[in-house]
Amino acid sequence: MNVQVNIEAVDIKKVFNRRVIFSNICFSLKEGSALAITGKNGSGKSTLVKIIAGILTATTGDLIFSINNNEILPINRFKNLGFVSPYLQLYEEFTALENLQIYAGVRKLNFNYEYFLSLLRKVGLFERKDDSVRTYSSGMKQRLKYAFALLHHPALLILDEPQSNLDSEGISIVSEIVKEQKQKGSVIIATNDKADLQYCDKIIDLDLKVNNSNI
Amino acid sequence: MNRFDYNSSVLTIFLKDFRSELRTRYSLNALLMFVITTIAIIMFAIGQEAPSVEILAGMLWIIIFFSAMSGMSRSFVSEEERGTVMTLHLIATPASVYFGKLLFNLVLMISMNFVTVVLYFLVIPNFVVRSFDVFVVTMFLGTVGLSCSATIIAAIIAKSNTKGTLYPVLSFPILLPLLLTVISATKMAIEGATLSMASGEFQILASHILVITAASYLLFDYVWKD
Amino acid sequence: MKFKIVLGIVFTIVIIAGLSMPMVPLPQRWYELPIIPGLEERARIIFFHVPAAWVAVIAFILSLVYGIQYLKNKKIDYDIKSVSAAGLGFLFCILATITGAIWAKFSWGAFWNWDPRQTSIFVLLLIYGAYFALRSSIEVEEKRASLSAVYAIIAGISVPFFIFILPRIVASLHPDPIINPQAKIHMNPKMLVIIFASLACFTGIYYWMFKLKVCITRLAHQQQFNKEN
Repeated sequence: MNVQVNIEAVDIKKVFNRRVIFSNICFSLKEGSALAITGKNGSGKSTLVKIIAGILTATTGDLIFSINNNEILPINRFKNLGFVSPYLQLYEEFTALENLQIYAGVRKLNFNYEYFLSLLRKVGLFERKDDSVRTYSSGMKQRLKYAFALLHHPALLILDEPQSNLDSEGISIVSEIVKEQKQKGSVIIATNDKADLQYCDKIIDLDLKVNNSNI
Repeated sequence: MNRFDYNSSVLTIFLKDFRSELRTRYSLNALLMFVITTIAIIMFAIGQEAPSVEILAGMLWIIIFFSAMSGMSRSFVSEEERGTVMTLHLIATPASVYFGKLLFNLVLMISMNFVTVVLYFLVIPNFVVRSFDVFVVTMFLGTVGLSCSATIIAAIIAKSNTKGTLYPVLSFPILLPLLLTVISATKMAIEGATLSMASGEFQILASHILVITAASYLLFDYVWKD
Repeated sequence: MKFKIVLGIVFTIVIIAGLSMPMVPLPQRWYELPIIPGLEERARIIFFHVPAAWVAVIAFILSLVYGIQYLKNKKIDYDIKSVSAAGLGFLFCILATITGAIWAKFSWGAFWNWDPRQTSIFVLLLIYGAYFALRSSIEVEEKRASLSAVYAIIAGISVPFFIFILPRIVASLHPDPIINPQAKIHMNPKMLVIIFASLACFTGIYYWMFKLKVCITRLAHQQQFNKEN
């Protein structure tokens, strides 16, 4: 399971409703390493990770994402990345297991029931797998999002505020997941929590980028 | 147990919506009541009069148009309201989302219009169709056309602030060619035209469906992506 | 500047000619126009009504083209052009509708009788109205630009269907006497010259207004930008 991941961002700028959110963002990331994106509220952390994920498009600049030297176009990027964030919502009228089944079906994955159960066990939701997500606490929903993100063995894992709503057990599950993911590919973490920075090899501070945009 | 065990994005998205609808019944119950109330109002308005076939054909399509407008807007608005749009972005291509939603709207409208037409036949005795084959083809093409045009507009209004009110406003100019044609074809069915006599109408309906669906498919990326 | 002077002079001539050249049964002199049986003086509206309708259509196509450009390049300036073209087009569309309705009142007896042309202009009005209703309900600029462009395209491709549909529908709704054969005017060359001159003038004035409108919108956009940053 040795994939080569290469992410190269050159001079990314995002303007949203006439406001420059950030500009001059450059970084590169390879497999086996983790990148942290920090910055105060409203500095555009979530916008940047969405651009990396291919959900938003940058106003100018290039972002090249390649796996084993094959470039992945933004439209196909979702196939190779997992995404966890507080603003991500899962289908609340379905159970945890059904949610995973839906995502697997839409992603055209091989249907492996045992694998779904092992994922749910990993994030500690096995006992509640047949309850609808509506009855979950916010921490449990956050745990389920990790199962959602890891379902398809992504080469890149993007975590926006990875620890939000989690208890100490949840946090240790996350650090386990991040360590494993660094073996399999790369991780990008958007956070303001000092504790998250321990996993990361590089840091982009969006506050600095905006203040000294000529760096 | 493996009810989502389909190796197809479009089908899984359709099934997700379908089962979600069966579970929550956000649209179904309201739509059914909408159709029943509208037909009841029409019956009160008609009273003892015997309206002409033109008026009856027109009224049938008025019911169908407005029930479509209240039913189909949910397809994208519900994802927007629940905040699950990003989830779909992260698992599916825009094309799969579009066709999944289109399939759901098609099934919803076909079953809804079936109920509407049966009710209409039952409670309005004047509504007698002489050539049933023309009527069935008209209903089918009309329903498909309505769903195809309304799906892309539903995707557009889901991103706006005034979702409900805007929907019929945006849909009407696009649906007008379709509505005029189906009303005229329905009248032909009532008057007893043969299939070949109505073929011109059918061609217009079929080409409208093809053109709008092709354009929607090409343009959906711009609507779906933020 | 030259363009405006020329436009002003030609337009004045067209207006004077269109309104005052006498209509006589057998035109002899250069300034005399033929009389059209059943229309008489009411025929004069054609010099102003037809060009207004023409501009309303051209403006919509222009707005559509700029909309497509926006979707391709994502430059907000194309959206400014698109919305400016549509805004003025809406104005001309209203003008064409009103002049048409007035003419219909005196020619057919009612302001509105769902003649194919009235139906088409009505649909165009609806599309313009829906386009602006959509725009005003989206706050994010980029989203507003791309969604309204998509809507304009979808609406634009559904319009040609009326060419096939209306003859069928109208034939069944209206018996012949309502759509007069007079609507098909046998055009005299002199009248054609005035009509084409008027078409050119209307297009010219539209172009000029369009330039101004784009300028104004750009400035307003810039001002907003300065205020927010």
